[in-house]
Amino acid sequence: MSGRGTRTIKVDTLARVEGEGAIYIKMAGDRVSDVKLRIYEPPRMFEAFLRGRHFSEVPDITARICGICPIAYQMSAVHAIERALGINIDPAVRLLRRLFYCGEWIESHALHIYMLHAPDFLGYQDVIEMAKDHRDVVEKALRLKKIGNRIVQLLGGREIHPISAAVGGFHKTPAKEQLRELVGDLEWSLNASLEAVQWTSTLQFPDFEQDYEFVALRHPDEYPFCEGRLVSNHGLDIDAAEYEDRFAELHVKHSNALHSVIRGRGSYLVGPLARFNLNFEKLPDVARKAAINTGLRPPVKNLFRSIQVRAVELVFACAEALRIIAAYEPPSAPRVEAPNRTGVGQAITEAPRGILYHRYAVNENGLIVTAKIIPPTSQNQRRIEDDLREYAAHLAAWPLDEATWKCEQAVRCYDPCISCATHFLKVVIERE
Amino acid sequence: MLIIGCGSPERGDDAAGVHVAERLRTLGLNTRVCSGEASELMEAWDRVADVLVIDCVVTGAAAGTVHLWDAYSWLPIKRTGDSTHAFGLGEAVELTRALRRLPARLRIYGIEGQKFEIGSETSAEVLRGVEEVVSRIVAEVTAGP
Repeated sequence: MSGRGTRTIKVDTLARVEGEGAIYIKMAGDRVSDVKLRIYEPPRMFEAFLRGRHFSEVPDITARICGICPIAYQMSAVHAIERALGINIDPAVRLLRRLFYCGEWIESHALHIYMLHAPDFLGYQDVIEMAKDHRDVVEKALRLKKIGNRIVQLLGGREIHPISAAVGGFHKTPAKEQLRELVGDLEWSLNASLEAVQWTSTLQFPDFEQDYEFVALRHPDEYPFCEGRLVSNHGLDIDAAEYEDRFAELHVKHSNALHSVIRGRGSYLVGPLARFNLNFEKLPDVARKAAINTGLRPPVKNLFRSIQVRAVELVFACAEALRIIAAYEPPSAPRVEAPNRTGVGQAITEAPRGILYHRYAVNENGLIVTAKIIPPTSQNQRRIEDDLREYAAHLAAWPLDEATWKCEQAVRCYDPCISCATHFLKVVIERE
Repeated sequence: MLIIGCGSPERGDDAAGVHVAERLRTLGLNTRVCSGEASELMEAWDRVADVLVIDCVVTGAAAGTVHLWDAYSWLPIKRTGDSTHAFGLGEAVELTRALRRLPARLRIYGIEGQKFEIGSETSAEVLRGVEEVVSRIVAEVTAGP
């Protein structure tokens, strides 16, 4: 119903979104007059903690920014610092870093697909309600996540806040036999992921397409994790060092988080849809064919289909992990020497939720002079508001409680990792 | 008995569970530290018969207040809200229950927290709560079954 009086609905929490924040949507009849997403961003505080620390401490400190994607923070950090110091890593270490990232993607995507997002499509309030009818689905999600966790634990030294990643490589690298022990589980994961692609293709998606500017890394030979140029479907094609020339962060009154925009253009989308649309041909055959067989081809412009794309990326992560393990020969040394040296380095890597930018300036004693960290949720924040402005207008005729729930679902498509913040996201729709 | 301490060492009072686990580990007890994310907790207590979780909670009581709940009794932990983790302890308990895999004995010590700013120290009130929980667990273990 389209109320002409004033009504406000408050939703206590947006469950199943990591972190803290609030969404405020104001409607005047059928028109959305205001949308504000407010999140709190600890990475800004970490930037201050990092100043004066030795660069060797940065991977451990940044891993603590987010409990869900610590590898992403470590990978962006080590690549940026290595660039500042002029270090080239061993090719075997490079492969291990890709494997490390596979583990995080498997964990994160399995959690999101089955436990956070699937309930929205199957008509359940949350995964707990869903588990009563779909126990097998939840069991599968937990097993997948556990396998991703095994990779992270093996390479990271421990499950939570991994400590083995280092500037120049790893503190310790695994033996071939240790990696081969993962093969059986990963083969199961690959099959489970292929089933996920099939299963997600049977879901019903709202008819909601937007003309996004997709932004992701692109590498000449592989689906991107840690390397490549930053590209978009609107002609962007830059090195990480040019990021701050082409992107700006804007202060907004309603949030202490900065809104990222492309200078002169505005909001953009990072994450699975952007990667898929800009790197489809770089997916391994098994993942690309799985997508094609279910009718999924770029450009995918419907955000709600991100659950399908995550399933395809899950296939990729499992296949890539198996490829790396098959090819793995331990490096001659776990890491190359990282000397104290003055320099500035930038890096972008693909966190499960999208690109994560780091920049560090290091002085002659190896101490961090400045640090800049721009997480994917911060980069998507303005896009989330733009989407809600459009989507809420579509829902003007819906009862407020259902419209609120639908808007929460739209936000969940982004998998906003406000675990980089904490706690709760509140949704408020006000109709005049 | 497995003792699981939840929390983030960087978030002030949120570190309460981590402090308890670290103290008890030095005494030779079977402990584990978790961030508090639900699936991680479920994996930690899978196939364990007797589990004790320590987490920081917010119920409105004074900082440092110690609560003890039994997962088989009334559990005042909302699915999201009271724990300082979004998809956390409340979901983990209820999801494990829905899967009919709850440990035979699952109890939760909640230590009331107040300050969660990143980089802040755990407050003196919460550290007193930590000491109380450590003492109670040690007394229980010493007394035996």
